Amino acid sequence: MNILTFFVVIPVLTITGIILVKDIKRVKLVASIGMGLQLLLAALLVVLYIMQRRAGNTEEMLFIKDFVWFKSLNIHFALGVDGISVAMIALTSVVVFAGVFASWEMAFLTKEFFVSLILLATGVFGFFISIDLFTMFLFYELAVIPMYLLIGVWGSGPKEYSAMKLTLMLMGASAILFVGILGIYFHSAPDGEPLTFNILRISNYVIPIQAQRVFFPMTFVGFGVLGALFPFHTWSPDGHSSAPTAVSMLHAGVLMKLGGYGAFRVAIFLMPEAAKEMSWIFIILTSISVIYGAFGAMVQKDLKYINAYSSVSHCGLVLFAILMMNKTAMTGAVLQMISHGLMTALFFALIGMIYGRTHTRLINEMGGLMKIIPFLSVCYVIAGLASLGLPGLSGFVAEMTIFVGAFQHPDLFHRITTIIAITSIVITAVYILRVIAILLLGPSRDNQYEHMNDAKWYEKISTVILIACVAAIGLAPFWLSSMIGTSMQPVIDKILAVNPF
Amino acid sequence: MSLQSLLIMRHELLLAVAAIFILTAEIFIDPARKKNISLISIVLFAIVTIAGFLPFKLTGTLFGGMYVSSNVSTLMKNILNIGVLIILIQSVTWLRKDENSDRVSEYFILIMSTLIGMDFMISAGHFLMFYIGLELATIPVAALAAFERYKNKSAEAGIKLILISSLSSGVLLYGLSMIYGTTGSLYFFEVSQHFPGFNLQILGFIFFFAGMAFKISIVPFHLWTADVYEGAPVNITSFLSVISKGAAIFILIIILYAIFPSIMETWQKTILVTSILTMTIGNLFAIRQQNIKRFLAFSSISQAGYILVGMVGGNQLGMASVIYYILVYIFSNLGAFGVVTAISNATGKENIDDYNGLYKTNPKLSLIMMLALFSLAGIPPLAGFFGKFFLFTAAAEKGFYFLVLIAVINTIISLYYYLLVVKAMFINKNDDPIVNFRSDFPTRSALLICVAGIFVTGFASIIFELIKGLSFGN
Repeated sequence: MNILTFFVVIPVLTITGIILVKDIKRVKLVASIGMGLQLLLAALLVVLYIMQRRAGNTEEMLFIKDFVWFKSLNIHFALGVDGISVAMIALTSVVVFAGVFASWEMAFLTKEFFVSLILLATGVFGFFISIDLFTMFLFYELAVIPMYLLIGVWGSGPKEYSAMKLTLMLMGASAILFVGILGIYFHSAPDGEPLTFNILRISNYVIPIQAQRVFFPMTFVGFGVLGALFPFHTWSPDGHSSAPTAVSMLHAGVLMKLGGYGAFRVAIFLMPEAAKEMSWIFIILTSISVIYGAFGAMVQKDLKYINAYSSVSHCGLVLFAILMMNKTAMTGAVLQMISHGLMTALFFALIGMIYGRTHTRLINEMGGLMKIIPFLSVCYVIAGLASLGLPGLSGFVAEMTIFVGAFQHPDLFHRITTIIAITSIVITAVYILRVIAILLLGPSRDNQYEHMNDAKWYEKISTVILIACVAAIGLAPFWLSSMIGTSMQPVIDKILAVNPF
Repeated sequence: MSLQSLLIMRHELLLAVAAIFILTAEIFIDPARKKNISLISIVLFAIVTIAGFLPFKLTGTLFGGMYVSSNVSTLMKNILNIGVLIILIQSVTWLRKDENSDRVSEYFILIMSTLIGMDFMISAGHFLMFYIGLELATIPVAALAAFERYKNKSAEAGIKLILISSLSSGVLLYGLSMIYGTTGSLYFFEVSQHFPGFNLQILGFIFFFAGMAFKISIVPFHLWTADVYEGAPVNITSFLSVISKGAAIFILIIILYAIFPSIMETWQKTILVTSILTMTIGNLFAIRQQNIKRFLAFSSISQAGYILVGMVGGNQLGMASVIYYILVYIFSNLGAFGVVTAISNATGKENIDDYNGLYKTNPKLSLIMMLALFSLAGIPPLAGFFGKFFLFTAAAEKGFYFLVLIAVINTIISLYYYLLVVKAMFINKNDDPIVNFRSDFPTRSALLICVAGIFVTGFASIIFELIKGLSFGN
């Protein structure tokens, strides 16, 4: 059996296990074992992948497995990974694992919660291992729909409104994406040859430019909404702030990356000509995302809103980098996806833990937490520093690569937009340091906070594993960036071949 | 009549035999043991269903071309049989009630005779045969809608249905008379040969289409739907929304593909406009509904709109996806109606507000309802996703991308109101929720069939491939 199929099989088995066991403790046990296995499997996949590459395997995708599903439409259940998807799978398994431990105290309908959470994870894993547009789309929708119940049932604040808004906006995006995918499918082969949903097969053929002009924006916007593309980002702050901790982690950490990954793998990889033509529109929009998100984060008072707007900014940067369409910037985009996934998951985990103790998320009502809960506070500082791009942590590597890549464009338009995007670093520093100053350092506002306990064992597992990954990428980025860079080459070749700079 | 011709029309003959058998049994059975009629009828109908699936590769024509049996028509009849079987099982609990106990056999006989009508309609090779089938399919349903005649709403539903049916039959016959006048024949194959599509013929076609549109409740001919669906007993509502609609769509697609390919551009425009209207208006009205039956009525109107999207291309994939979607729709909609029936039988509650907090008291029913609604909305990995995917793919194959875009936007609107029901069951709180009850064996088995269908029909690609292999189109 192919190693990739396990990435769907294990979550499904875990869900079955959760449904079968009775008491809450066992539910958590099954969930953590299942996702722990998934984490080990991801580590194994990374090792196997690197070994294959070392052994000189230069195939574009490795571990390819192809099952014919609907023969008459040439729909396959096709699996395959390259360095980029391997990195995303590793990210997902880390975040899901941390998410299970971050929701250890979930007491209301525990079983249903973990079933929905792991169902969401199944969709994400399935998305990253698919190389067939049909299954990719199927898993994409599978990942979105549990969000409704996760936010609506277990959320806080205006949860019903947020859940409905998020679900409808993301499903609306998938509706547009669906038309884009159909358009790609019906132009995926020259006349007379069988049409295909297989990404690798389509990438060998140049889709007619007239079709690209129609379907590129649909596909890009369809995925872009999930990546919080301005002006379709409004689901993100509401959704993230209402969602329960683990769901915010998964959603900001992983699900938003589906947008970036899809925009890159489907929209740009398959339709580079139209992407070249139209990139300016989306570069402007993503620059706005980057700046707007950062400014938004600066004026918010609720911790989750701050972080949600910061996600809009950082994910905007991912799309911005993808649109730069050169190797350095796009490698940076993938690095940024991973770095942001880890640190935003860390942020949301910590916010959840702090909220569980203080029962407020408004920064003005808290203060001086550093003395009371030093472990969580230090973790928060580390996450903050990673977010504002301190060298030695993952954020720096990613943003540096992006901006170096973006600045390689000699023309004025790209230069100006790059400079605009770079200013977000400064704004990020402002809002991160503001939170740290008020929340962690200032005087304690309320005596009742003095008796809070510091992190429990499961919270430590959750945070330490995320911090370890953030630091590992920050200190030794090259194995990761070379793994991504090698796999980026076919995409760059395709872009260069059709439209040299 | 040779054995072969008996086998060719085995669906109709077996049904007729079963109906007569039940009628005879009704006369001779001891009144104390009348409740056994349900069991006998369901077993008989199950036999008919299985007999329909027996692999006789018998196709041919009877009565000088009036009756045509092809692989597609057999397939369509089998699909309808599955749906009717589920509905019959679902209605057992309802028929056990005291006020219905004196009319059990009538219920089964009426359902079987309307099914005979549908079968004849699907197998018609001549417009008169088609018309007879259509009437036979319609009149018993009106009687069924008025089944609870002591209730005002039910009686009103029956009257409304019969009036609208006769009006639509009149419109349809007027169209047929023009077609006859311009082609000189009512045989399908002769009409198709003499149909260049001059104005009077187009007019005839429009009248014919309008008549059919009443039966399928396509906007703007849908106004009767919500009232009748609300007034009729739940099982009849599910029959109307699934089987009647499915049969009418089956015959419409056969006639469009087989008789009117020469005026394809005309009917494509007609379907384009009506499908956009049907989807959008069905959806917009569904949002406002409070009664769950009216809600499902408008949802089924919009579903008919999606099905029209699949037909618009006139291609083979279109026919396959339409037939496949009807199958998916049978399982999904009957799943939803099954839950509504169970709750209505146990408590008599039929408002969406009554469903608040249902998950706490009846988790299994809520889950089934959610699955059924998600399947109707087209959420993977349920069958509805595959069904909608293929419908829209069929339209996109012929370049109707704009229509597909409108259709997918409509699916998002529909997702909104399906989610409202899900929200009521899972999120909303209720001081007076529906108490926990254990539904009886027939209800549970019918729901189990639906849930299995919702999962299996999607994943098992062989079902779609089979339907695709039998379909035709250019």
